[in-house]
Amino acid sequence: MMKKIRNLIRSFTLSELLRGMRLTGRRFTSKKLTVRYPEEKTPQSPRFRGLHALRRYPSGEERCIGCKLCEAVCPALAITIDTEEREDGSRRTTRYDIDLFKCVYCGFCEEACPVDAIVETRVFEYSFFERGQQVMNKEMLLEVGAKHEAQIASDREVSVLDR
Amino acid sequence: MPELRNYTMNFGPQHPAAHGVLRLVLEMEGEVVQRADPHIGLLHRATEKLAESKPYNHSIGYMDRLDYVSMMCNEHVYVLAIEKLVGLEVPVRAQYIRVMFDEITRILNHLLWLGAHALDIGAMTVFLYAFREREDLMDCYEAVSGARMHATYYRPGGVHRDLPAQMPKYAESRWHDKKDVARLNRARTGSLLDFIEDFTQRFPGCVDEYETLLTENRIWKQRTVDIGIVSPERALQLGFTGPMLRGSGVEWDLRRKQPYEVYEHLDFQVPVGVNGDCYDRYLVRIEEMRQSNEIIRQCVDWLRAHPGPVMVDNHKISPPARTQMKMGMEELIHHFKLFTEGYCLPQGEVYCAIEHPKGEMGIYLVSDGANKPYRLKIRAPGFAHLAALDEMSRGHMLADVVAIIGTQDIVFGEIDR
Repeated sequence: MMKKIRNLIRSFTLSELLRGMRLTGRRFTSKKLTVRYPEEKTPQSPRFRGLHALRRYPSGEERCIGCKLCEAVCPALAITIDTEEREDGSRRTTRYDIDLFKCVYCGFCEEACPVDAIVETRVFEYSFFERGQQVMNKEMLLEVGAKHEAQIASDREVSVLDR
Repeated sequence: MPELRNYTMNFGPQHPAAHGVLRLVLEMEGEVVQRADPHIGLLHRATEKLAESKPYNHSIGYMDRLDYVSMMCNEHVYVLAIEKLVGLEVPVRAQYIRVMFDEITRILNHLLWLGAHALDIGAMTVFLYAFREREDLMDCYEAVSGARMHATYYRPGGVHRDLPAQMPKYAESRWHDKKDVARLNRARTGSLLDFIEDFTQRFPGCVDEYETLLTENRIWKQRTVDIGIVSPERALQLGFTGPMLRGSGVEWDLRRKQPYEVYEHLDFQVPVGVNGDCYDRYLVRIEEMRQSNEIIRQCVDWLRAHPGPVMVDNHKISPPARTQMKMGMEELIHHFKLFTEGYCLPQGEVYCAIEHPKGEMGIYLVSDGANKPYRLKIRAPGFAHLAALDEMSRGHMLADVVAIIGTQDIVFGEIDR
């Protein structure tokens, strides 16, 4: 009987709805958690796996030696490499293409690379306007690498011990 | 008088409540569902066939994409199956990290489920609040693996990397001064473990918030109580697992019944429903979030006290550390061998299952001794649940079909594979 009366009072006073409204009201006036995206950004991990880049040694020599490990390990078959011997006798790539539509950003290429040449950078905002532009060739990759070298190097510094 | 005929209606695949690409052909009598016929296959990507043509490690990333709201759990069952076939002993620290991230994944999954389910039934706020907490957990994913969703973090023999010692921080800007940034970075001053521990302290309060908004709410109750009742007997016969089975009152949890990794050392409760309706399944999942939170807390405590390796030291399976690889000839050979050919598994077959957030996720792996599986079968929990949709929704109103789809926690990545 008492339970019935209590339920009756509850259903007429809308108590549970009001409690919910109070919660949303409190949240409505509390500090915002969001950031203004294009100008501000949320924190990004140094391990972030974004757009690829090819790195160079501080001397300016490109790191990639054309061992094709990344091509072999790529689960999505996104990497295509051709190599040739250079005049000085060292092996270098003549073609290094990554199809960004095929890539699944698993990070295996970076893991496999014995000379830290191919890396995944923190860059994640990029777009294409025409079909065909999604294939990054060697020049484009080296350019990304040159642009972000400081960031790439410092990120690899942070996590050198746990890989 | 004209002859009365049932009306056949097409629900989805573009319907916002269809959770992806579910297409239902509903036979309606007025507004009452007479028959529900799910049509599947719109997200079929042939993961099982794809795995047959790739070395074992290459498929880890594809496992993420099965049930794309509980990524690391999918990886877990795959690497466990491989480890079981090889007979590999995984370092305890790696096991704790895996269990911790499994439970983080469970919370991620249940939060998305809760938000989407509430949104389907007409409650907007919970969705926003659930995504607030998901953001923190996504940051944990990113900190540890480098990706917010498709982590590719678990490996046969352990996990890819140890937990990071620092969390990335918010930066000052025109809109956020020093004080604001200090507030946002409050939990981010220490390591990832500190961040997760802070989360576990906050999270029960967040679950209370969801419960304040839903549990007693009359609209929520009208939409879920006594909808889609499944008796325990039927639930077993239909092959239900996970919260769907526990909601019907059967206490079946693989973490308890067939403990894998370190679950036997952890203290947690298995919530069980009574009536087997949508409301009970909601309560079960809410309680599971609280229990997962407890497990994460225990894992954090253990991981703090026990540093150590996170990968087996067997270079036939796991690549050598990068520093070693660059110095030693033998390590370099191992490195090249592993990243080109991979490793071969002994001939045989194995079935391995874990308690995925949605139920029993299993991998049946047949190996003919090569470096890729001869056959890989994925047992997806959602498939069995979706098969019961007809039985659950028969006799209910059209709007209740939405509630039933929601309560089944359907994700098409795993059903269509």
